[in-house]
Amino acid sequence: MGIPHEEQVFEKVVLELSVHNHPGVMSHVCGLFARRAFNVEGILCMPVDAGHESRIWLLVRNDARLAQMISQVEKLEDVIGVAQRGADRRVFEQLEAFFQ
Amino acid sequence: MHSSGAQLIVRLLEQQGIRLVSGIPGGPALPLYDALAQSTQIRHVLARHEQGAGFIAQGMARVSGHAAVCLASSGPGATNLVTAIADAKLDSIPLVCITAQVPSAMIGTDAFQEVDTYGISIPITKHNWLVRDVRDLLTIIPEAFRIAESGRPGPVWIDIPKDVLTASIDVAVLPLPGLRRAAPELNLDLLRRAAELINAAKTPVLYLGGGVIAANAGAAVTALAEQAGLPATMTLMALGAMPVDHPLSLGMLGMHGARYTNYALEEADLLVVLGARFDDRAIGNADKFCPKAAIIHIDIDMAELGKIRRPDVAIQGDVAAAVEQLRSRVQANPRAQWCARVAELKRQHPLALPHVEDPCSHYGLVHAVAAELDDEAVIVTDVGQHQMWVAQAYPFRRSRQWLTSGGLGTMGFGLPASIGASLAQPERTVVCFSGDGSLKMNIQEMDTAVEEGVNVKVIVMDNQSLGLVHQQQDMFYGKRIFAADYKRHTNFQKIAEGFGMQVFDLDASPDPRATLRSALKAKGPCLVHCSIDVQQKVFPMVPPGAANTEMIGG
Repeated sequence: MGIPHEEQVFEKVVLELSVHNHPGVMSHVCGLFARRAFNVEGILCMPVDAGHESRIWLLVRNDARLAQMISQVEKLEDVIGVAQRGADRRVFEQLEAFFQ
Repeated sequence: MHSSGAQLIVRLLEQQGIRLVSGIPGGPALPLYDALAQSTQIRHVLARHEQGAGFIAQGMARVSGHAAVCLASSGPGATNLVTAIADAKLDSIPLVCITAQVPSAMIGTDAFQEVDTYGISIPITKHNWLVRDVRDLLTIIPEAFRIAESGRPGPVWIDIPKDVLTASIDVAVLPLPGLRRAAPELNLDLLRRAAELINAAKTPVLYLGGGVIAANAGAAVTALAEQAGLPATMTLMALGAMPVDHPLSLGMLGMHGARYTNYALEEADLLVVLGARFDDRAIGNADKFCPKAAIIHIDIDMAELGKIRRPDVAIQGDVAAAVEQLRSRVQANPRAQWCARVAELKRQHPLALPHVEDPCSHYGLVHAVAAELDDEAVIVTDVGQHQMWVAQAYPFRRSRQWLTSGGLGTMGFGLPASIGASLAQPERTVVCFSGDGSLKMNIQEMDTAVEEGVNVKVIVMDNQSLGLVHQQQDMFYGKRIFAADYKRHTNFQKIAEGFGMQVFDLDASPDPRATLRSALKAKGPCLVHCSIDVQQKVFPMVPPGAANTEMIGG
């Protein structure tokens, strides 16, 4: 999804967002990436903490603008925290089988 | 205490200290308006278009620094507010925008005057809410003010379905009003590093942005400049932060900055960026801006640090607090050699103000108005050539003396923002410089101005064209003027008279300065009309995409 980028190999990273769980949070997060022209390759979202919070995993490219993008995400009022994950959270790899 | 959602909103606004709101009612908003009518503390100003209501609130917020409130109904009421809210977002102006929505049960059915206000307002606000339960108002309303005023200020939007407005609620104790959060703590190691860079610099320049105004840091910044011999340039948003006739002032930088300003920046070995965001109109081609300068960037918004230019020292924090800390670490230094070089550049490449002695010319009219006023007046503009002429030529000396639409550049900003400024600070004279193109974009607010009797003097610089478009077509599109000139002359005097506004025409006056003086001294709103030669340009001009040193004209 998003704007196709030039063919350049970037390391992929997973951003793990803790957010308040209410309708509209996904719009806030996805809209932010779209309007700042930052590609999101995969999205997962599930409620946690008895539904008070949600966890969003975003699969993104680790390009030069990632730090700027994280700063912008951290400004969203509904985002409680952002962590950058690498090989320790293989959520997308584990899901790949469902998309074959 | 038993009340409806609408009554609760009014009580929370009263408690928040809100005494003026602007807006336009409509179907789903009627419960809120009914509750507002009962308030003895809040005065409602009826705009003639919701965009006008949004800019009236902006005018209140820009002169006071506090969040102001605008109201509208659902559907077109909400969409008409969009431009004014987006404008507030780009200029970091605190607003609380409240709109009514169709009843909850009808949301998603394409009901009459239903629009996805929540979805529309996401990209143009700091935060927004669709209130789903009347009890949520107790947290959302104070939170809205807290978010609007904390950190980097900005607009927030609360969309409230009609059934939430009419629902009843028992409230034992009202929640506390929403207050500004404390700024993040300053990193003293980084401040020490910044002070070392300043102390070691030979040709440093301060680059001040709107954040200096928002942080009320003008005096502190001027004191720092004097202490360390730091010439300072201001963005469009920062004009007034340092008196423009201060010996260390370099005036406005960028696309229409003076030659000496942009040349001085080219020689800077250190740029101290305070509450500014490297906007393209200020810095031109980013790669060619201040090529020799190390950069210290101080801003309340973490996401601005490194967004355009990677700073050598980046400090998140309140600009006023950071500058106070810097002052205790920066050596006193008149930097005579650098200041002499800057003075030389000023002499060699001054801002050219052609025809300034003629009060019926573009620069002359700006100076003639300034000559009749003191620094207590508020100067507002619309957007276009007149805006740049005022920015270049008016002697701004006070923070919040100058209100203009910077980031979004919204034609139609001027008149309603002036009304809001005057409502918030009725003791001041408010002058709205406008153009014939801009004035037509919210001309209906003349009616509001007359009804409220605000002390707003609209000065229309009439060149019967969209002047800045005309200028660019003339300069960069082979003189092919298209869709930028109005074929018919508009009689602004008759329009103003139709709204009941006093009119002064400088074209017909044997003594334009005397006419101008009477207009500025007249009680209540008035229109001052002056024809301007369509061939006059805003110079110097940096062509879009060029380096700031590649100026044309001036």
